[in-house]
Amino acid sequence: MSALLEVKNLSVDYITLNGAVRAVDDVSFSIEEEQSMGLAGESGCGKSTIAYSLMRLHRPPALIADGSIKLGGRDIIKMGEEELRQFRWDQISMVFQSAMNCLNPVVKLEKQFFEIYKNHGITKNRQEARARAEKLIEIVGIPKERLNDYPHQFSGGMRQRAVIAMALALKPKLLIMDEPTTALDTVVQREILQRVYELKKELKFSILFITHDLSLMMEFCDNVSIMYAGKIVEQAPAQTILKNPQHPYSYGLKNSFPSLHGDIGYMEGIPGSPLNMSRIPRGCRFQDRCFRAQDICFKEVPPRQQRGNDFYDCHNPMGTLTGSRN
Amino acid sequence: MDRQIVFSIKNVTMDFQISGKTFFSKKRTLRALNNVSFDLYKGESLAVVGESGCGKSTLCRIAMRFYTPSRGEMTYNGENVHKFKGNPLRNYRQKVQMIFQDPFSSLNPLHSIYYHLKRPLQLYHGYKGIELKAKMNEALEMVGLVPPEEQGIKNPHQLSGGQKQRAFLARILAIGADVIFADEPTSMLDVSIRLGVLNLMNKLKREMGKSFLYITHDIATARYFSDRIIVLYSGHMVEWGDVDKVVKHPVHPYTKLLISAAPDPERETLAKLEVRDDVEKEVTMWTPESRGCPFRNRCPVAESRCADDFPEAVEVKPDQFVRCIHAKEWKTENSAASEKPERNQPVG
Repeated sequence: MSALLEVKNLSVDYITLNGAVRAVDDVSFSIEEEQSMGLAGESGCGKSTIAYSLMRLHRPPALIADGSIKLGGRDIIKMGEEELRQFRWDQISMVFQSAMNCLNPVVKLEKQFFEIYKNHGITKNRQEARARAEKLIEIVGIPKERLNDYPHQFSGGMRQRAVIAMALALKPKLLIMDEPTTALDTVVQREILQRVYELKKELKFSILFITHDLSLMMEFCDNVSIMYAGKIVEQAPAQTILKNPQHPYSYGLKNSFPSLHGDIGYMEGIPGSPLNMSRIPRGCRFQDRCFRAQDICFKEVPPRQQRGNDFYDCHNPMGTLTGSRN
Repeated sequence: MDRQIVFSIKNVTMDFQISGKTFFSKKRTLRALNNVSFDLYKGESLAVVGESGCGKSTLCRIAMRFYTPSRGEMTYNGENVHKFKGNPLRNYRQKVQMIFQDPFSSLNPLHSIYYHLKRPLQLYHGYKGIELKAKMNEALEMVGLVPPEEQGIKNPHQLSGGQKQRAFLARILAIGADVIFADEPTSMLDVSIRLGVLNLMNKLKREMGKSFLYITHDIATARYFSDRIIVLYSGHMVEWGDVDKVVKHPVHPYTKLLISAAPDPERETLAKLEVRDDVEKEVTMWTPESRGCPFRNRCPVAESRCADDFPEAVEVKPDQFVRCIHAKEWKTENSAASEKPERNQPVG
């Protein structure tokens, strides 16, 4: 398998009155074809900033300071306006966090589909667009008659599914899902993710799945990257992160959700609050909240420990101590 | 064990008139809660789980006296809540408090945290000067906002989501509440922060004897934090009882569905949900005329007799009650096999 998306040394700055704040710092990762990758971390760690810069949707004061983003060999950062317009949605599409509010409430669903086809030069024929839209909306499990409805007539889960159908309208190679189900109930969330999972196999696209809910990600993704304060601190297959995480932050995230079946003991979560990105300390960024911090963590930036494609950045990794859950 | 009931709800039914307020339109009524009863003991946490629109928040609002239930009654320490007026009402408002889902909008952005704590302490307890300051700091320390002098002067926007929820809990402590209705207190917070807030609530429960009604849709945290659980579907209590029994050995098909839908990293692949695909997934609107089991059109084991009546509660195990036509069969099957050691298989 070849890499579909390659992100190298990406850095994104937010320009503020007090100088630039680096929200994403030197991040590299790649997604292979038909693979689903998860990006996990707390609010404000830069997950969404990465998602926006992959589509170049970020606006000032956000700026890509450094790095390259290549999708199928084309560099997204070097694209011009028109090229970018054609590229978005056609190659990469995105399901936003509040996707239910992305739909225009006063335009019927059918017309919103038609506009995608019209703007990307697929068809200008209303009937043909309707036929395509019917097919799409049925695969996400909404009856085709409902294309005549306005978005407010749908429930939250249905709106989310309609947005997923729209995101798949032009058969993109990569679907970015930025916390797609946080506002939904567990049962609906499950139904939607299951549908996406089946569609991924059927239509063969890759997924970048962004969430702070690691338990959900473990089931859904092949590979997981854990992000903290603008840096990817650990990257490994989902099962490795679950069974044997190396970075204390990954371990903390993994231990943040109570088990459904196992014994319930006292669980800690991760103490403290996410790092203020305008005041980055010397050494490791996780030092204040880490239960394994040593003197060196406050002085030196942890080196990257590479194991094949997997890596972690830590002075004092978990080792093999963490074989069992809870 | 003698446990003191602090709050109890008996056969509460809540109807909302959704149209028919004018002469011309046809009268339509939505039944949001149907015969809900429970007792909340001192120092206990009772979880209410269910999906959006099942009546969880209505339950909270009835308890806060935002709505008057159509039928049924509520008692606080044995006294009827809806008869409260004047001083008893003031006392009730002090003792029964609510935490909201959204910490970002439940604190006034223009006032410091100290101000949020100062008002209730002045109004309900009449503290002044140094004593007031000491009480405010005590509340902040209790919820882990340390050092209190530093955190108290901050405005809400300077705090993270978890800290805001803690500040809100500090306010509830300052008022001196006994019963706390928590309406999805952690669902807007990061997963890593959630446990901290839950542990704090646990501490208040254990050390100070506060009672919690924990409303959530996350069954895993319900199991972690609560002693008992109620599964609500379309305003009906379908299964309730001891949290471990319900989560480990659910009997009602809806409880099973909820549990199989919860994310569980121990499953290696996405497990298939047991739902019928051929029917409308929406929850049907429940009206006073509706009969039968509310879950029947989504239920994988529904039969024709499910449409006739909503079955009575069956105690399938000590402290586990189910309202399902299959509950009795389930009970006889399992009581026959009860000599065997309990199976420890994962459910769902």
